[in-house]
Amino acid sequence: MDLGLNEQQELLKNAAREFLENECPESHVREMEEDERGYSPVLWGQMAEQGWQGLLIPEQYGGVGFDFLDLTVLLEEIGRALVPGPYMSTVLGGAVPIIEGGSEDQKKEFLPKIASGELIFTLALTEPSARFDEQGVQCAATVSGNDVTLNGTKLFVSDANVADYMVVAARTGKGVTLAIVAKDQPGVTVTSIQTIARDKQCEVVLKDAKGQLLGAEGAGWAILEPVIQKYTVAEAAYLVGLAQMDFEIAVDYAKERVQFGRPIGSFQAIQHKCADMVTDVDGSRFITYKAAWCIASGQPAADTQMAVNMAKAWTSESTRRVVAHGQQIHGGIGFTKDYKIQLFYRRQKRAELAFGDADHHRELVAQQLGI
Amino acid sequence: MEFTFTPEEERFRHELRTFLAAQLPADWSERDFLGDVSRDEQRGVDDAVTRALADKGWLALPWAKQFGGLGAGHVQQAIYTEETAYTRMPGGGGAGVASVGPSIQRFGTRAQQEQYLPRTAAGLDRWCTLTVEDDAGSDVAAMQTRAVRDGDEYVISGAKTWVSGAERATYGLLAARTDAKAAPQDGISTIIVPMDAAGVTVRPLDTLAGERDLSEVVFEDVRVPVQNVVGRENAGWYQMQTASDLERSGVGVISTAKANIERLVEAARDDDSLIARNPSARYELADRWIEIQVGFNVSYRVPHLQAQGQQPDQEAYEAKLYGSELTQRVANTGMHLLGLAAQAGPGGRYAKLAGAFSREYLRATAATVAGGTSEIQRNLIAQRGLGLPRD
Repeated sequence: MDLGLNEQQELLKNAAREFLENECPESHVREMEEDERGYSPVLWGQMAEQGWQGLLIPEQYGGVGFDFLDLTVLLEEIGRALVPGPYMSTVLGGAVPIIEGGSEDQKKEFLPKIASGELIFTLALTEPSARFDEQGVQCAATVSGNDVTLNGTKLFVSDANVADYMVVAARTGKGVTLAIVAKDQPGVTVTSIQTIARDKQCEVVLKDAKGQLLGAEGAGWAILEPVIQKYTVAEAAYLVGLAQMDFEIAVDYAKERVQFGRPIGSFQAIQHKCADMVTDVDGSRFITYKAAWCIASGQPAADTQMAVNMAKAWTSESTRRVVAHGQQIHGGIGFTKDYKIQLFYRRQKRAELAFGDADHHRELVAQQLGI
Repeated sequence: MEFTFTPEEERFRHELRTFLAAQLPADWSERDFLGDVSRDEQRGVDDAVTRALADKGWLALPWAKQFGGLGAGHVQQAIYTEETAYTRMPGGGGAGVASVGPSIQRFGTRAQQEQYLPRTAAGLDRWCTLTVEDDAGSDVAAMQTRAVRDGDEYVISGAKTWVSGAERATYGLLAARTDAKAAPQDGISTIIVPMDAAGVTVRPLDTLAGERDLSEVVFEDVRVPVQNVVGRENAGWYQMQTASDLERSGVGVISTAKANIERLVEAARDDDSLIARNPSARYELADRWIEIQVGFNVSYRVPHLQAQGQQPDQEAYEAKLYGSELTQRVANTGMHLLGLAAQAGPGGRYAKLAGAFSREYLRATAATVAGGTSEIQRNLIAQRGLGLPRD
């Protein structure tokens, strides 16, 4: 039993925190809310220089070859700093599916360019039905050799506005089939959706869009299962970092804000909220680490699946409790756009919903319990 | 990061499980859960298990070898807590091993160590701690029980309450006021009191849950020698605060919660109607299952940090707070799942799961009070952990 980080993870965490405090301050987060692209190519390049986009990519394909637990540690920092842009889309939605299901040629073609920051990817999974399961994939595909033609609408596709390629989940007579689809082609229309996090989620309409097969026809869901597991835990890790920072800001504020002649943090009503926040944040962190550890260390499939569902079910709600307390502790100023705490509140909801909210995962836990 | 245990820890867990399977009656945990154990049987099993633990050297597992223990590491101690709670093992070292012994080891004289520790490690003496009073609950330092020096003796008068294990204890470690003029925290001493001393009366309390496992202990001019004081006179309060090295994972309640949820999940699998008529209870069960996993992590973090030489106070308060509230949620879920029949008491014809959850439900009210209320835990987390101002 060792719930601590190893030396490499400590280094990664400290380096990421220092880098992001300098390069991704609150002003940058706000700026990107208004930016059409929603990310800074300069920051993106700096992240690539540090090996972040290639963290999971094996060295032979230009990456760093770290494991999933290491990525979890980094994602916590990314959540803490609310880093805007297509990092998760590219790493979890692009690199991971290609590592899981790509041909040698595809790995050679795409992975080095992802690692170098040259290519932005995203995963086009969900549709208007808003389901995360296999049955939710209804977008139509026809396969001819290595070529795939796609028709349908994918919804809430993160960062499709800036993606060079999308990994699209579609359906042929043989079942769910994946395709790597270049965005810049006549058959692809991308429209941004206005979301409360002001991130860049999009509607993607595919009309005879052309792509290349990723994995075998009909084998798409088998490739997606580990991708979805990792993406789910990644969102949980992002939430842990986000909630940790929200909590720290709220505690600092409680120490400084004076009402009735004393810091509000001296009132038990506020203290107890802070105590609940830290208990929730810590609970979130370790159940997320447990799921990440299951993935990274190759625990039995059933245990891993359960751990992933438990982690997202828990963090989805515990971090919502945390950010709600964060708002309440800030009182009126928390409701103003000028103050930073609301940035966390709005983004928590995005990640809470991504890859299934608590009910989605709770249902899966119940099924696995045999009830 | 590693969520598994070392091979030595796994070996210990396996050996402990084997031991418990051999020592406890085959259906013990189930019958004890259902309340189907008489008081005499309970005591008989308690005595036998305690003796067997002492024979293996496990009764005082955490103590240093020189005091009759095995010097077990913190994680191993937590495993012991987890497994013994899961099987609802009666007996064991109780307060004598968990808190009194360590206090005597740290603050006691050599004579006290020689007199009390070997017998406690051998299971020959049992202890209770005599701290809380009617008017000194969360505000422990407000205690009024007096120990007045009279020559070579203290004369003790007052009353302690909510005492566990008093009826079977041979000794109590009493916290009493030895300096009436000092500030509340500065006038308290800890004193060893034989429970059979003249003037000590144990009165079992009837609890909400219909049990009599807590007592009031009254002292009427009880005389004990001054050499029974443990540590420095008037330093008792500060000595009591130094609990950081003890087993404080709180994993016992998580383990009990796990066993109880497993019972409910099994009941729901066996009887579809429990969930079919009550779909939200199904999600509640899933939530409790998840929360138990969170609880194990939060609890095992404490011994993990202790093993690294840290003093995880905030983490221990978090574990206590979390486990106490989880205990109540589990009891609520049991009642919710069982529906109308949940209120039927143990043994009744119309009870489900033999009415055991009606008892758990009543017992659980104590979880967020005993050992420090949830409000106090939150105060401690906020003030000592997060550095929020006291006023």
